[in-house]
Amino acid sequence: MDAIVVEELRKRYKTVQAMDGVSFAVREGEVFGLLGPNGAGKSTTVRTLATLTQPDSGHALVAGEDVVRHPNRVRRSIGYVAQDSGVDWEATGRENLMLQGRIHAMSGTPLRSRVGELLELVGLQDAADRQARNYSGGMKRRLDIAIGLVHRPRVLFLDEPTTGLDPEARAAMWVEVERLASQESLTILLTTHYLEEADRLAERVAIVSRGKVVVEGTPTELKAGLRGELVTVDLADANGRAHEAVSVVHLVEGASEVVAEGQQVRARVPNGAKAIPLILSALEERGFPVSAVTTARPSLDDVYLHYTGRDFSREDQEGNR
Amino acid sequence: MQVIRQTGWMVVRQARNLAREPIWIAMMVIQPLVWLLLYGQLFSRVGQLRGGASSYIEFLTPGIVCMNAFFGGSWSGMAMITDLNRHVVDRFLAAPASRFAIVFSQVVRAGITAVLQALLLLVVGLALGVRVHGGVLGWLVVFAATGLLAAAFAGFSHGIALLVRKEASMIATANFIGLPLMFISAILIPTASMPPWIKTLSRFNPVNWGVEASRNAILTGGNWGASGVYLLLLVAATAVTSLFATWCFRSYQRSI
Repeated sequence: MDAIVVEELRKRYKTVQAMDGVSFAVREGEVFGLLGPNGAGKSTTVRTLATLTQPDSGHALVAGEDVVRHPNRVRRSIGYVAQDSGVDWEATGRENLMLQGRIHAMSGTPLRSRVGELLELVGLQDAADRQARNYSGGMKRRLDIAIGLVHRPRVLFLDEPTTGLDPEARAAMWVEVERLASQESLTILLTTHYLEEADRLAERVAIVSRGKVVVEGTPTELKAGLRGELVTVDLADANGRAHEAVSVVHLVEGASEVVAEGQQVRARVPNGAKAIPLILSALEERGFPVSAVTTARPSLDDVYLHYTGRDFSREDQEGNR
Repeated sequence: MQVIRQTGWMVVRQARNLAREPIWIAMMVIQPLVWLLLYGQLFSRVGQLRGGASSYIEFLTPGIVCMNAFFGGSWSGMAMITDLNRHVVDRFLAAPASRFAIVFSQVVRAGITAVLQALLLLVVGLALGVRVHGGVLGWLVVFAATGLLAAAFAGFSHGIALLVRKEASMIATANFIGLPLMFISAILIPTASMPPWIKTLSRFNPVNWGVEASRNAILTGGNWGASGVYLLLLVAATAVTSLFATWCFRSYQRSI
């Protein structure tokens, strides 16, 4: 059964088409990543699924309930951890959790023990009775996650869980999410604009660009779809003949997407170990001295470029503006 | 009744958070006293302002109690802006929290604060020679009037907070409505001394409903029927503004 089904969601803000027909499905119990640069429409999608934003058109079911028609039923089965922390600064960590539990109609000993359990789970037991205004960014984030889990939701939304965290806190957060993911019954939808984060945490990924899902699959599938490896050859002395070098490499069997950039020639090949000797000898024959050769397996970066024709990090920075 | 429980827990949250702000508590205590003592001195020599009271301070006390309540209510929407900015509201909205409870808890909090301040002002007033001529019932009417006055304006203030969502716009709005309503009321001078057109306008001013009820309770010790009508009008105003603020969540949710 699918925990989340999204069909053709559209939403337009004054000048921006935030969702332009977003569709995907998340299976129960999996960690699903919505990957895309800033401004791609990921947060709008998650806010719609969390019943905060009304779509202009399209349908979405979360835990079997329609987000537009039965928002309150959806709210009972989801935990929503927004991009911006929703922690009440003046309250302590424990008080934040207790109130969230009360909102979910929990009370008494079951609530108190659940709160204690969560504080331990996210490693805040020692800070539990301090005001959250004194928490570090990472601690606030972990409290946010605990707040999202108080009522044992079936679906957890994590919107950019590591944005704004330092590398150490990010690594800790990854471990945290992996631990949550190991609980069989919990479905996690996370959004991220970090390719390596999606690669590491998500079992399946949908790449979102300009309000649409451009491709969906496991990170391995997506990368395999690009076939082969990227070979980068650094020419020692191209003397403006880089273009000639491109045509030389082009003739090597299996080489595709050959491009020159300054002193470098890049090509995609099905098998690096076989292709490199051929490329090197072909270049040497024509008098191109080679200073270095590197190969790289395709990253989600390459996947993004392949499916959208656009560079991920450039698009990410533009979305930020 | 989930709405009532949620309202209760949210009132607890706000009260606890405020109790942790020593400066806020100090201001809540000092500010109404400054008004009472400052205005009490400023106008004390103008005999005709007394409106039959034995001293100007006795005349003024019910006015200051109400002024304090309605100012407190008008500004209370700032708390909603803080919660919006810290995304606490979004967190509640994505959970099955009642929109009405989110607003109404703030309205109740504003009412409780105003009642506590009214108690303080009356106790200080007693020391300055003010007598509550309406007895126990008089005290209760003053508390009801101030609590409801603060609540009615808090509902309005939270609606505005959800519409404008910015501190600067909130401050401008509170000032824009606050001072005119204060001067179109019998807070500082008796109704009998007002120009006729202001007298007419003041009848429709919720601030004045609270002032009239409180003044009946403290100075006259009678006119209970009229005071009852004023209190009912304030109950209705609180209901209307609280529902208005709940409705304003739609506008907020359209914006996100």
